[in-house]
Amino acid sequence: MARSRQLAPGVGRFSRSQSAARRGLYKGLKKSDKPAPAETPAHKEVSVGGEKNGGTRLVPTSKAPRFYPAEDVRQPKKSRKSPKPAKLRQSIVPGSVLILLAGRFRGKRVVFLKQLDSGLLLVTGPYKINGVPLRRVNQAYVIATSTKVDLEGIKVDPKINDAYFAKTATKGASSAEAEFFEEGKPKAKEPFPESKSADQKEIDKTVIAAVQKQENLAKYLKASFGLSKGQFPHQMVF
Amino acid sequence: QDSNFKRFVEVGRVVLLKAGPSAGKIAVIAEIIDHNRAIIDGPLTDVPRQSFPYRHLTLTPLALTKLPRAAGSGVIRKQLEKEGTIAKWENSSWAKKRAAVEKRRSLNDFERFGVMLAKKARRDVVRKSVAKA
Repeated sequence: MARSRQLAPGVGRFSRSQSAARRGLYKGLKKSDKPAPAETPAHKEVSVGGEKNGGTRLVPTSKAPRFYPAEDVRQPKKSRKSPKPAKLRQSIVPGSVLILLAGRFRGKRVVFLKQLDSGLLLVTGPYKINGVPLRRVNQAYVIATSTKVDLEGIKVDPKINDAYFAKTATKGASSAEAEFFEEGKPKAKEPFPESKSADQKEIDKTVIAAVQKQENLAKYLKASFGLSKGQFPHQMVF
Repeated sequence: QDSNFKRFVEVGRVVLLKAGPSAGKIAVIAEIIDHNRAIIDGPLTDVPRQSFPYRHLTLTPLALTKLPRAAGSGVIRKQLEKEGTIAKWENSSWAKKRAAVEKRRSLNDFERFGVMLAKKARRDVVRKSVAKA
């Protein structure tokens, strides 16, 4: 509902009847179909230990606060906005070559596969070409080039979703020293899971085949992006 | 004395437009209005007949010599076709340099990469032939 503007304190743009008409109150107020919330009793029975204490006691269901502020404080309004996944830019299409601008692989040119439900983009190097594995990347930290790889008919396994990239739960009790060292020597890294490298190889097979079809494209993906003297991104065509 | 000037604002002078929607195109001066403006017309280069200030024009060395004053678009078109002026302009090194600069500015990232590879290949051939000589 668009708010009616204030022209001066106490003087709105629309009169009471005009603002009611704008809200469509002539249609009648909507009745919600939600059932009334279940009535909770004010006191509940709690069993009490000890011989001479009478067995049970009536105790309030929710306790009154221990502390009240000296003056009434103003509560901030609850926001009605909810975060939505980012809309995919028009220039980004499955097969587009993207330039990563931040993170471990900044400067690398990678191939875009699909947008995941969280809004992040699923990309792959391919791994054999430039060492970038299947990875999630935020659209905001990416330059979309107009170069495209023909990924017609490629099917990304639906098991590769946001949950696939979640970190495995580790027990955190060990001290900082025990995290990196095991009996005086550096701790061996966990071996990369075989299933993940199998997923990587499967997807990269079709992507690399499509990349080989274009001349110099494999070299292009292998090279890193950089700005040289006199180059300004806002004046360049990507 | 002979004047040292060679390019004059005159009827028939081919001009390059520097500003406006037709920037970068060439047209012909059809008539001189006053010390600031002239009527230009470019029937073969999609420049509509209009008054145009000199400060937004650059004079080229080309001109249509037999153009009468205040000639209409049809006459200008016939003269341009007869003299082949547009082709002469496109073949001049001035026009070719402009085209090269425009192409360079419009390259996308992959094309810039291809240019880099081509320059490297050329540099390699030159280096090898210099080493041999």
